Amino acid sequence: MVKLNVNGASHDVDIDPATPLLYVLRNDLKLNGAKFGCGLGQCGACTVMVDGKAVFSCLTPVMLVEGRQVKTVEGLGTIDEPGPMQQAFIEQQAAQCGYCIGGMMMRAQALLEAKPEAGDADIRQALEPNLCRCGTHMRILRAVARARDLMKSKSAGMAPAAATRRAS
Amino acid sequence: MKRFWIGVLILIVLCAVGFGAYAWKPAIDPIEPPQRASFDQALIEKGAILASVGNCTACHTKPGEKSFAGGLAVPTPFGTIYSTNITPDPKTGIGRWSEAAFGRAMREGVERDGDHLYPAFPFDHFTLVSDEDNKALYAYLMTRHPVENRRPANELPFPLNVRFVLAGWKLLFFHKGAYREDASQSAEWNRGAYLVEGLGHCGACHTPRNALGAELKRAHLAGGEAEGWSAFALNGLSSAPIPLTHDSLFAYLRQGWQAEHGVANGPMAEVTGNLGRLPDADISAIATYLVSQMGAPAPERVARSEEIRKNLAIDQGGTPIPASAATGSPTSRGVVIYQAACATCHDGSRPQPFGGIDFHLSATIAAPGPQNAINVVLFGLPAASGRQSPIMPGFAETLTENQVVDLLAYLREAYAGKPAWADAKAKLADTRSGKYQVSVRPSDGIERGPDNVGAKD
Amino acid sequence: MNAPNLHLPDVTRRGFLAGAGALVVSFTIPAEAQEGEVPAAPRAQAAKPKLPGSLADTPSLDAWIRIDANGSITVFTGKAELGQGTKTSLRQIAAEELEVEPAAINLITADTALTPNEGYTAGSQTIQNSGTAIRFASAQVRQILIAKASEKLGAPVEALKAEAGSIAGPNGARAGYGELVSADFLHVDAAADTKLKAPGTYHAIGKPFARVDIPAKVTGGDAYVQDMRPPGMVHARVVRPPTYGAKLVDFADVAVKAMPGVIAVVRDGDFLAVVAEHEFQAVKAMRAMAAAAKWQEQPALPDQSNIPAFLEKSVSEVGTVTSVGAESAPGAKTLQAQFTRAYQMHGSIGPSSAVAMLDNGLTTVWTHTQGVYPDRKAIAQMLGVPEEKVRCIHTEGSGCYGHNGADDAAADAALIAQKLPGKPVRVQWMRDQEHLWEPYGPAMLTRASATLDQNGKIVNWHYDLWSNSHGTRPGSAGSLIAGRLMARHFPPDPARMEITPLGNGDRNAIPFYDVPNQRVNWHFVADMPVRVSSLRGLGAYCNVFSIESFMDELALAANADPVEFRLRHLKDPRARKVIEVAAEKFGWSKDPLPEGRGRGFAFAKYKNHAAWLAIALEAEVDRDNGTIRISHVVCAVDCGEAVALDSIVNQTEGGILQSMSWTLYEAVHFDRTRILSPDWSTYPILRFSAVPDSIEVHVVDNPGAPYLGVAEAAQGPTAGAIANAFRNATGKRIHDLPYTRDRVKAVLGV
Repeated sequence: MVKLNVNGASHDVDIDPATPLLYVLRNDLKLNGAKFGCGLGQCGACTVMVDGKAVFSCLTPVMLVEGRQVKTVEGLGTIDEPGPMQQAFIEQQAAQCGYCIGGMMMRAQALLEAKPEAGDADIRQALEPNLCRCGTHMRILRAVARARDLMKSKSAGMAPAAATRRAS
Repeated sequence: MKRFWIGVLILIVLCAVGFGAYAWKPAIDPIEPPQRASFDQALIEKGAILASVGNCTACHTKPGEKSFAGGLAVPTPFGTIYSTNITPDPKTGIGRWSEAAFGRAMREGVERDGDHLYPAFPFDHFTLVSDEDNKALYAYLMTRHPVENRRPANELPFPLNVRFVLAGWKLLFFHKGAYREDASQSAEWNRGAYLVEGLGHCGACHTPRNALGAELKRAHLAGGEAEGWSAFALNGLSSAPIPLTHDSLFAYLRQGWQAEHGVANGPMAEVTGNLGRLPDADISAIATYLVSQMGAPAPERVARSEEIRKNLAIDQGGTPIPASAATGSPTSRGVVIYQAACATCHDGSRPQPFGGIDFHLSATIAAPGPQNAINVVLFGLPAASGRQSPIMPGFAETLTENQVVDLLAYLREAYAGKPAWADAKAKLADTRSGKYQVSVRPSDGIERGPDNVGAKD
Repeated sequence: MNAPNLHLPDVTRRGFLAGAGALVVSFTIPAEAQEGEVPAAPRAQAAKPKLPGSLADTPSLDAWIRIDANGSITVFTGKAELGQGTKTSLRQIAAEELEVEPAAINLITADTALTPNEGYTAGSQTIQNSGTAIRFASAQVRQILIAKASEKLGAPVEALKAEAGSIAGPNGARAGYGELVSADFLHVDAAADTKLKAPGTYHAIGKPFARVDIPAKVTGGDAYVQDMRPPGMVHARVVRPPTYGAKLVDFADVAVKAMPGVIAVVRDGDFLAVVAEHEFQAVKAMRAMAAAAKWQEQPALPDQSNIPAFLEKSVSEVGTVTSVGAESAPGAKTLQAQFTRAYQMHGSIGPSSAVAMLDNGLTTVWTHTQGVYPDRKAIAQMLGVPEEKVRCIHTEGSGCYGHNGADDAAADAALIAQKLPGKPVRVQWMRDQEHLWEPYGPAMLTRASATLDQNGKIVNWHYDLWSNSHGTRPGSAGSLIAGRLMARHFPPDPARMEITPLGNGDRNAIPFYDVPNQRVNWHFVADMPVRVSSLRGLGAYCNVFSIESFMDELALAANADPVEFRLRHLKDPRARKVIEVAAEKFGWSKDPLPEGRGRGFAFAKYKNHAAWLAIALEAEVDRDNGTIRISHVVCAVDCGEAVALDSIVNQTEGGILQSMSWTLYEAVHFDRTRILSPDWSTYPILRFSAVPDSIEVHVVDNPGAPYLGVAEAAQGPTAGAIANAFRNATGKRIHDLPYTRDRVKAVLGV
């Protein structure tokens, strides 16, 4: 039995502890956000956050994240109440097929949480491990910059209590 | 008594004047930047090969920016030095340097205006370069695209930021002079020695340095450091589990990888990438000389390497479980991490260079220190932009500090048959925190498919 | 939205509609519907005018539109959403003519049980064919509704108009669409003379609507076939041979069968698969199987370092693409050049996947194929069952850009599902399986020769191309990997050269420029030692690269500015317009740039009958490390009336960046036996660090003009513009794709 904390909720999963986190998220927890792309850490489609940092979930055995906070696209908001990162991607229509987008958003989220003032060059550099084949790059860059601005204005106007709740 | 002090004072003044005379270097007059037509094309091409041997671009180009325009931060134990712009830009590069000024910089480590250069520029090696080769290098560099780019000021504490002080360093450690052939050795060996000790400046990374940053003559090629990476010993202390031979070293340098020695990574990737321009004969000469420095491997090393070969031939891709992997030991936790996180690639069927190395063959795991293993586990091998390169994801965010330590303990014991590195935890902490700086680069120096146009004899 | 349909198959179209509790209608899908890239054989038809778009093949209105008694509107398209945004733009089109909001349209996409057969979703034809059909059908349905309302409300047709799902008449008289429907009232054939709304009255076409699929895709909703988890689903993995033709000589499955979670080990000839309860169990079993399987391989691949020699010696047939005017013409100067293109990949980010289930003799396959009907036909043949016993439902996958592994994964799932009746079987390919087994875009060789007269006008043009077919899509079981590997060993369909207006290897081989004397030939290579098929743009990518490179060489020889030289050879006003817009917005000029930087321009009209597209860009070349950096790009495109402007921009930006990646980096590597590019480390593509600073796409809108395919229009011109910018920056031309760093260094020397 592996104990997991994903998007703030605890789960006990009866699974081989060597199973990559990706399969547990997708099949056992039924979360679609992280995608299988290469299983090799070369494309970033499976990117999720662990303790605030971007990791390749396809190469992270689930046992290594016991006791740590895992966050997926589903943890950024919902279709009815999208978080700033999701809102920015919708606003900028930053998807073609959309398969890589979940990974892009999680890597960008990790960047902006660590560096809220990230500049355009920082965003490009941070996204280097993630591949997009449709050629949506310009929009992805714009969306992440927009998310940065949304997050800044949001955190500026937000009560600390709410901020704490959101971070949990 | 008073006369004694006057005597001492006079002596000090005389020494100062003498040192001043030694230290003071005149400026060499600036010139109008020469036209490309003033250089022979064959000389420029020769210079291009030599510049690859010198790996000039590695320090003088910021990754992703313009070639030779400088500005790369080179961390040293004394502070950060920014590499210079060596494009022929008249304002910010070497466009106004005469060939004499260039030759003096190579020979003596002195700028055109007379300032001493920091030994981060390896003039202690370049002094061996022949005038003929300097002429070709000059022709090559003066025909590059001029790029206007002023590098940032060095970040060094007083008194190291006073260039005059460098004259003292030179007085102590620098021996000027061209390469002298060793008549007792073959022409190939001498060619190799000239390239390795001179322009190739292998010792700059592969020889340990003293407290003042000078290479230790007594520990020539005994293993040093570069940009946060251990540069392994190239003498008898080599940690390669299978001893390097002329042929395997040749293949490694030619291709950027070799089946029994893995893929060049860290700063070495760029070195092997650049060597792509060299003719086979020169690479062979380098291999000949370096293998002579390693000497014949000890019988027990040979025996162990035979055993490794034998085991690999029988069991491709098994995960060894050392006897010590009793429950609760770091090794036992490490083996689980290895099987879950590493085995897919490192016990997989995919061969080198794009598959992971079998750690029985890894000089990194057999090395005396844990730094390179730490670097690779944390940072992996990032993808090169637009060219083939082995890619390994970094595990810095995936593995906790204890998990890395356990993993390293397992790798050491199971694959190198050696006890865990005692300093792994401390070095890991410093590397993670950034206190110890590591430059992370893609391993794109490997020979590619048929579209590779590497030099031929 | 038609997100993964998790209904398990009950279903005939009749059943589906009855189940929806509404009118039962029926319609007939013609057996010989047009199959995508291959034009249908001319059918003997009464002398009726040709109906617009896909109505020509499926004329019955109820095949396209249905309105229920509760007023809800369902639109059916045989085309699939591949990430182009057509789930949104097709709704806009229907909503426009039906006078409702796009959100009111329920859209059903490609499903052999429900939708018309529109062949493949390929060749930038969704809006052009399906959009046109839906537009005309919707307009006619509106007119039928008005006629019905006229009876019901007793008001003349002229006094009635459709608005917001109702027909409104004088004095507040009103009838909702639902009140007007009756059995089979749309079971009528489309009329050729239906009048469409005038552009000035649009409320949906050309208006900004956010794509309907994006919110789910950015919040983890069900969006892809990979996201399907029907109850009882099991996980399968295939084990492929190491090379195309390898034979399985030894395989012991005992150990694999005993592995945890393994439900079945499937062997059928050289086809191997394993099914397990959990996905990772299937992965581990797959690895164990791969290690246990022993194969016999033969060297059968050409020499990668000399593809032109392979193509030239393998020519099976030479076809005339065009022959206009005289064989030769006197002139002042004749130029010649040869160009090549490497085998290149689709490289979908998500490896192919499918879910299949055999239930009561019906095999249902959820697949991201581009053609549900042709895929069904091939799968049925492979399984040895009638076509009605297979249903293919399109469910989105990762972007495909042509014929990737989708159909093969569908076949894998269908074949494995036969062994486990009643269980939904999910097949997920691994990265190396997609990279090694997808059919690549074929390598090509082209040779151009042209003569200029004293006035710098081209008077004579000869162009020859060497290529495999660019279309080996399913038709038969032999087009499927599983079909070839299984014990019955269905042979691949023999390759045929087909020269049609759609174009294949010869797509865009005819220059769009005004040249009086032209000879264009396709030296067809039937032998396909490297598996190939349709990759976005087909031959247009290499042909436009060649033609546009050559045009710049001719402009130089004529001492003319490249933009002016192109205009000199173009009377077509819309061609001139996109060129002028691109040049003006880019700030095209003759002023010298700093050393190492260059401008490049290119133009093409996709397929010579779809969108016009011109592109200008600036590149910087670092001769010392061989890097080409594209700093900014300006593009102008005219695809007729713009239905969804932002989707056109998005697709065009994407085409530019994808073509940039092909052009700068991409080549499949192989030795004489094996493909050596199983992943992104050996087949690198564009990463963020090389993305330009800016890309501007200007859409030249033509309200009321017919829809023209656009999504693939940028592939060729981008390559041409990069080639020309490189030439402009360095004075040297590279004739071979891709422009790798090594190639750049070799061409420039030191």
